[in-house]
Amino acid sequence: MTTATPSAPVPAAPTNKLGFTKQDYVGSKSTLCAGCGHDAITAQIINAAFESSIEGHRVTKYSGIGCSSKTPAYFMNQGWGFNSVHGRMPSIATGASLANRTLINIGVSGDGDSMSIGMGQFVHAVRRNIPMIYIIEDNGVYGLTKGQFSATADKGSHLKSGAVNDFPPIDPCTLAIELGCGFVARCFSGNPKQLNAILKAAFAYQGTVVLDVISPCVTFNNHDASTRSYKHVKDHDFPLHDLGFIQYSEVEEVEIPAGQTEIVTFPDGSKVAIKAIHEGYEPTDRFGAMKAIHESMAKGEFLTGLLYINPTQPPLPEVLNLVDEPLATLGEDLLKPSPAELDKIMQALM
Amino acid sequence: MTAALAAPSPAGGAKTRINDFSIQVATVNGSGSQTANTVLLRAIFQMGVFVSGKNLFPSNIAGLPTWFTIRASAQGYVARKASNEMLILMNPETAKEDIAKADPGALVIYDEPLQLDKLRGDLAYIPVPFQKLVTASCPEPKLHKLVKNMIYVGVASRLLGIDMEEVKKAIAKQLKGKAKAIELNQTACVAGYDWAMENLEDQDHIKVVRDNKTQGLIIVDGNEACALGALFAGVTVVGWYPITPASSLVETFIEYAEEYRKDPKTGKSTVAIVQMEDELASAGVVLSAGWAGARSMTSTAGPGISLMSEFIGLGYYVEAPGVFFNVARTGPSTGLPTRTQQSDVELCAKCSHGDTLHINLFPGTMEECFQFSYDAFDLAEKFQTPIFVVTDLDLGMQNWASKPFAYPAKPYDRGKVLNQQQLADMKDWGRYKDVDGDGICYRSLPGTPGGKGAYLTRGSGHNAYAQYSEKPEDYVEVMDRLKRKYETAKAFVPGPVFRNQGSDKGVLAFGSSDPAVIEAQDILLAQGLKTDYLRLRALPFTAEVDTYVKEKQVVYVVEQNRDGQLANLFRETYPEHATKFKSVLHYDGHAIDAKSIVDQITAFEQK
Ligand SMILES: Cc1ncc(C[n+]2csc(CCOP(=O)(O)OP(=O)(O)O)c2C)c(N)n1
Ligand code: SF4
Repeated sequence: MTTATPSAPVPAAPTNKLGFTKQDYVGSKSTLCAGCGHDAITAQIINAAFESSIEGHRVTKYSGIGCSSKTPAYFMNQGWGFNSVHGRMPSIATGASLANRTLINIGVSGDGDSMSIGMGQFVHAVRRNIPMIYIIEDNGVYGLTKGQFSATADKGSHLKSGAVNDFPPIDPCTLAIELGCGFVARCFSGNPKQLNAILKAAFAYQGTVVLDVISPCVTFNNHDASTRSYKHVKDHDFPLHDLGFIQYSEVEEVEIPAGQTEIVTFPDGSKVAIKAIHEGYEPTDRFGAMKAIHESMAKGEFLTGLLYINPTQPPLPEVLNLVDEPLATLGEDLLKPSPAELDKIMQALM
Repeated sequence: MTAALAAPSPAGGAKTRINDFSIQVATVNGSGSQTANTVLLRAIFQMGVFVSGKNLFPSNIAGLPTWFTIRASAQGYVARKASNEMLILMNPETAKEDIAKADPGALVIYDEPLQLDKLRGDLAYIPVPFQKLVTASCPEPKLHKLVKNMIYVGVASRLLGIDMEEVKKAIAKQLKGKAKAIELNQTACVAGYDWAMENLEDQDHIKVVRDNKTQGLIIVDGNEACALGALFAGVTVVGWYPITPASSLVETFIEYAEEYRKDPKTGKSTVAIVQMEDELASAGVVLSAGWAGARSMTSTAGPGISLMSEFIGLGYYVEAPGVFFNVARTGPSTGLPTRTQQSDVELCAKCSHGDTLHINLFPGTMEECFQFSYDAFDLAEKFQTPIFVVTDLDLGMQNWASKPFAYPAKPYDRGKVLNQQQLADMKDWGRYKDVDGDGICYRSLPGTPGGKGAYLTRGSGHNAYAQYSEKPEDYVEVMDRLKRKYETAKAFVPGPVFRNQGSDKGVLAFGSSDPAVIEAQDILLAQGLKTDYLRLRALPFTAEVDTYVKEKQVVYVVEQNRDGQLANLFRETYPEHATKFKSVLHYDGHAIDAKSIVDQITAFEQK
C-alpha cells in the first residue's frame, strides 16, 4: 500500500518584466541533428529574448534555406516567421520592416545562404541598415545539401570526402564593417554566456546587427581535418572582452573600472558595457577593429566579442523619413488623394 | 531660294487626306528631338484632331537613329500605320534608307545639303536650309543643335495648316515654365513657319483642319497611368530595379509621391520606395511587405520577371499579396530592349517552377491602365497572391490620347485580414483553412497583439495550420485549394470587351493590339468579312470567354509574339476546341498595325 507523500510545492517558473516565462519564448521541437551548433544558438535566442522581456507578438523571424534557416521555427512561437528562398532572406526582412517599422526583426541564415547565393542581398541589407539582428550560423559547409564547401570555409580545409578547399574564405565580420554596419560581433555557439550577452545588446540596437556565430556542423564538418570542428574552434576561440548588458531604466550610473570598460549608449537610452580584455581595444574604432580581426585571422584565431559598434546610424525607415505608424495599417484617408487632386493631375495632362 | 514642291502633286490627283495621315520624323537620339516631336503631336491634338505618337528608339543614349511617328486620324484610329504621308529626315545616316522605304507621293522634308531629291522621282521633296534658319533665329551657337528641330516643327505646321498659336501653346506646355527655353524654341519654330510661308507652295496632300474630337482629353502614357492607379490605390511599399520600358512607371510614381504622399501634419512619407540591388530583391520586398500588410508593388520587364520567378512561386504558395507590373518588351534574353512585344504571356500565366497559376490583368487603354492598376491592389489582397499587371512598351511609353480618368470611388478591399478581436473570438484559426469554401483563407498580420494569430510562413510543404508537413494528403489539399482560389478569381477579374458585327468568326486579342484589331475589323468588314471581336482583359478566363470560345466557329488569336503564346493557353484550357484557334502574329518589335492583321486573316479565309 502506498500513501501519497505530500510533495513540496512546485516553484512557479520565473517570469520577466512582461510576466512571461521562458516557456513563452520557445518554438517547436528542433529537427536538426543532435548536437548541431545551431540548436545552441536557438537556446540563447530564447534566453536573451526572455531576459530582455521582448514582446513576442512584435517579433518577426526571417530565414532563407538551409539547416540554419530552419531554426526560426524553433524559437518564439509568439512571433511571425517567414522561411523564404535560398539566400534572399534580407529582402524579405527589408519589405516587412518597411511595412511595419514597429516590428523587432531577427534573421537567421547560414554561411552558404548569406555568403554564397545570398551575398548580394546580405551586402545591400547591411548597406541600407535595415533594422534587424542578422545571425549567420557559420559552419563552413552546406549542411542541408550534405556537406559541400561554403564561401566561409577556410582555404586548405578538407571535406569528409577528402576534397580540399582551394579558395580563401569570405569573412562576414570584416565585410560588414567595411559596408558600414554599426554592430558587428562574432561568437561561438559553444560559449553561451558571451552569445547571450551579445544577443541582449543586439535587441537594444536599432539598425542592422551582424552576428557571425561559429556553429560547428557535427555531421559534416566535425572531423579532425576541419577548421570548424568543436575541438578546433574551442582551441582557437579567443574571447576579446566580457560584455554586460545594462538596461538604462535600471541603472543610473555605471561604475567603469578605469581604462577597462566602455559604455556605449544606444539611441533608446540603453547602454552596453564592454570590458575589454585587451588593453586599449576600442570597439568604436572601425579601422582598429578591422586590424584586430585581420591579425587574429592571420594567426588562425576567431576573435569573438563585440568587434565594432557605432550606435548613431539611422536605420532605413528613418532614412526614408517614414511616418511613425506602420505603413501596413494606414487608413485610406491618408493614402488616397481626393477627387479634386485627381482633377488637378488630369488638368495638367490636358 | 528654290520653290519646294517640284514634284508632281503627291497624292497623284487623289483628294486631300484631311486629319488622316501619318508623319515620320527620323532623327539622331540624344538630339532633343523628343521635345520637338511631342510639340508637333500636341499642336495637332490641340487642333481637336485625334492623334497618337510612337517613338521608335534604339537601346543607347546618344548617336543612333530614332524615329517618331505621329498618326492623325479623323476616325479615331490610333494604331501604328505601316505607311507614312510625310517624312521629316534629319538623320543623314538613315536618310537614303528612309527614302527607299517611303510610300509614293510622300512629302519629304529634309536638310538641304543632304540632296536627297535625285533618289526617287515619285516623292515631293522639301529641302530646308536648317543651318541658315537656325543661325538667323538663335543667337547662341551652342543651342543650335537643340532648336534646329523646332524649325521642322514650324515648316511642317505651315504645310499642314496648323495654327501657329497652337504650336506656341504646345511649346509652353512642353517646357513647363522655363521662360528662356520657351522663347528660344518658339522663335525657331516661327522662323521655320515663316520660311515655309514665303518659300513653299501650298500642298494638297495632307492637311490638318480644326475639329472637336479631343476636347477635354488628356495625353498620357501607360506607365504614368499605371503609376497614378497605384497612387490612388494607396501603395505603401515599392521595391524596384530599373529596366526599359518599366523604369518610368516607378519614376513617375516617385514624382507624384513627392506631392501626394506626405503626412500633412509631419511631412513624413506614407510610402517607402527603395531602388533595390536587383529584381530578386525587389520581389522579396514586394512579397514580404504584402505579407506584413502593406500594399506593395514593383515594375519590371521580362528579364526582371525571369529573375523574380523563384520568389513569385513562393508568393503563390505561401499566399503573399503583391502587384507586379510587367511592361513587356521583346525577348528572349535582351532581345530588342527598346521595342515592343507581348511575349511574356506564358511566363506570367505560370511564373515559377511547380504548378502555379497567376491572376493577370491586361489593360488595353489608358483608362484601363489606371483602373486596373487600382484594382490590382484589391485583387492582390483579396486573393493573397502575386498579381501581374501586364502592359508593354507600346502602351507604357508611347503617347496616347485618353478621356480623363474617373475617380476610383470604390473603397479599398483589404481582404480577409483578422484583427486582434476577431482572432480572439475564433475557436480554431488556421492560416490555410478554407473556411468559406472559396479557396481564400483568413490571414493575420505580424505584430497583431493578443498572443493569437502568429504562424510561420514557409515555402515548404504545410498543412491548413501552416505547420510543416510532407504528408501527401496535406500537400494535395493545399494545391487543390489554390486551384479553387484561382477558380474563384474568375468572378472578380475584369471580363472581356466585345465589338461584335454579328459573325461566327471570332477575333481575340489583348492589350496594345486593340487599336489595330479595331481598325482591321473595319477594313475586313469593308471587304465583306464580318467578325466578332473579344478583347481579353484578364486571366483566368471568365465565363464570357468560355461561352465565346464554345460558340465561335473559328477564333483568330491576334498577339505580338512568335509562338502564339495566348493561343497556346487557349488550346490548353479548351482542348476540345483546340483546332479553332488560328494565330495571327506580329513580332518584329514594331507595334502591330491593322494591315498585317487583315492580310493574315484574309489568307486564312482563302484557304
Ligand atoms: C535556388 C536554390 N539553389 C540551391 C538550393 C539547395 N540548397 C538548400 S540548402 C543549401 C545550402 C545551405 O547551406 P548553409 O546556408 O550554409 O546552411 P546550413 O545547412 O549549413 O545551416 C543549398 C545549396 C536551394 N534550396 N535553392
Ligand atoms: S547537417 Fe550539420 S548543420 Fe545540418 S543539422 Fe546536422 S549538424 Fe546541423
